[in-house]
Amino acid sequence: MRAYGSGSRFAARRPAKWATIALFLLPALALYCVFVLIPIAQAAHFSLYKWNGLQPLTDFVGLKNYQTALASDTFRTAVANNLLIVGLSLAIQIPFALGLAVLLNRRFPGRAIFRLIFFLPYVLSEAITGIVFSLLLQPGSFVDSGLRSAGLGGLVQDWLGDSTIVMITLFVIISWKYFGFHMILLLAGLQGIPHEIEEAALIDGADRRQAFRHVMLPLLGPTLRVSVFLSIIGALQLFDMVWVMTAGGPLNASSTMAIAMFKAGFKNSQMGFGSALAVILFVFGLVVALAYQRFVLRRDVEGAVTVYNG
Amino acid sequence: MKRTRAAFARTGLPGAVAYAILIVVAAAILVPIVYAVLGVFKTNGQLAANPVAMLPNPWVFSNYTDVLVGRNAGAFWREAANSLIIAAVAVIVTVTFASLAAFVFARMVFRGREATYTLFVFGLLFPSAVAILPLYILVRQLGLAGNPLGVALPQAAFALPLTIVILRPFFRSIPTELEDAARIDGCSSFGFFWRVLLPLARPALATVSVLAVVTTWNAFLLPLILLNGADQWTLPLGVMNFSTEYSSDQARVLAFTVVAIIPAIVFYVAAERQIVGGLTAGAVKG
Repeated sequence: MRAYGSGSRFAARRPAKWATIALFLLPALALYCVFVLIPIAQAAHFSLYKWNGLQPLTDFVGLKNYQTALASDTFRTAVANNLLIVGLSLAIQIPFALGLAVLLNRRFPGRAIFRLIFFLPYVLSEAITGIVFSLLLQPGSFVDSGLRSAGLGGLVQDWLGDSTIVMITLFVIISWKYFGFHMILLLAGLQGIPHEIEEAALIDGADRRQAFRHVMLPLLGPTLRVSVFLSIIGALQLFDMVWVMTAGGPLNASSTMAIAMFKAGFKNSQMGFGSALAVILFVFGLVVALAYQRFVLRRDVEGAVTVYNG
Repeated sequence: MKRTRAAFARTGLPGAVAYAILIVVAAAILVPIVYAVLGVFKTNGQLAANPVAMLPNPWVFSNYTDVLVGRNAGAFWREAANSLIIAAVAVIVTVTFASLAAFVFARMVFRGREATYTLFVFGLLFPSAVAILPLYILVRQLGLAGNPLGVALPQAAFALPLTIVILRPFFRSIPTELEDAARIDGCSSFGFFWRVLLPLARPALATVSVLAVVTTWNAFLLPLILLNGADQWTLPLGVMNFSTEYSSDQARVLAFTVVAIIPAIVFYVAAERQIVGGLTAGAVKG
């Protein structure tokens, strides 16, 4: 994140008035600390105890919850599933969104309608989307019959009940819901690149593919990174859709870190263990955030164009 | 020269292929939604006998009327009202608190400003699910379990980072000359904020409000852990429980689900500009 100007320009104009600052800032800061920052810190604290969430917090177990988590096959499957969704999103969903953004970055009849439709799933509740798709994917229901009547009956699967394909099914539905969001971001990024730049590359003898690969794509870098980053964070905390569609099943085959945490905390009354899972999830997020910051900062140092749109 | 062909040519794809791709993707988005909406007008018999048929034959209206005015209407309207109350409180709190904070971040200079701002940006970078187990305990300790406020306040807190990040550059872009003029006319900081800045920032405030409505209306995990009883459920929770309770009555589940989605679709079509504009401003301007 880029800091706004050093501020000295304003400092000369007006000495800060601490009372006003405190009055304006305190409501947001207090709310944010109480309901976001403190709970995150508390999760780290709880994770060192064996605790059911009701009795006093006395049974200190050190890092045992973490050892249990990392040794647990169930939790490893959950982590692997999160990473699978991250990988598939980066390899398939974002390139797909980029392709559509490129198609929509030109004026043609119907463009606004396509944009409206592609983004529509983003505003639907993830839980409700999951329920609709559960109905469509029930054995013998819309999807199966559709495939059979198209002569593709051989493709019919137990979409949500087969542990080998349930994650792929979920990934397709996640993409259905979220590719439009990435497409809109990338489209805004593309629209921020002046046409003259592409034209200059073409005049200099690049063909369109080269102009896109070597000129447009690097300029789109900052938006792509935001898109990649949001996609990873989203995939790491995947919960709603999985919970309503499979609840992590069959037999934990579609579990995720958030599902494992929810089950530990609320189904098995293992608040300490669940908190350890939350902290592991936090560490994944931290690594991604640091990598993102470092990547952006390094590019800044190299003097690459990282700001193109104000 | 035809504009369309020329336009598509610049992407390296012929117009017909590009259109075909766009239409296939659009169909993949719309078919499940349209199928669900039309499925509501079918009986379970029709759904089972010919799952692929899009159009009902004959049209049946009892599924809709059961949800809107009939035997499931009580649950539906209660859940819609719960969703509405929680969303309204969360949005008012978010937008009020975030405007005040964004004003300070945008137009005042003080030690620790960037550090405090970074603290809020931090909230954008982390999976919010991390906080839920302690939140469950905290909300209980505060005596807010089962109270709409117990969900609305955490929702508002989670929505603060994005709202502040979007509002700050907007507040910053308002010329300092206006502020100087207001001060010469005797305005206090709050006076300038209230009488000059907020009226000028109406488009940005609309954008962040719309985004906050979408997030709170769709929220699932927080209400799931913080509300405890059918009479407190919001729509996504209600739909989930309804689909379990009536799992053998597909048409009824579809009806409940579709009626619950419609407000979101109508809202989206009405406020597309704010939603898209806000998300791209928030993410692209970083």
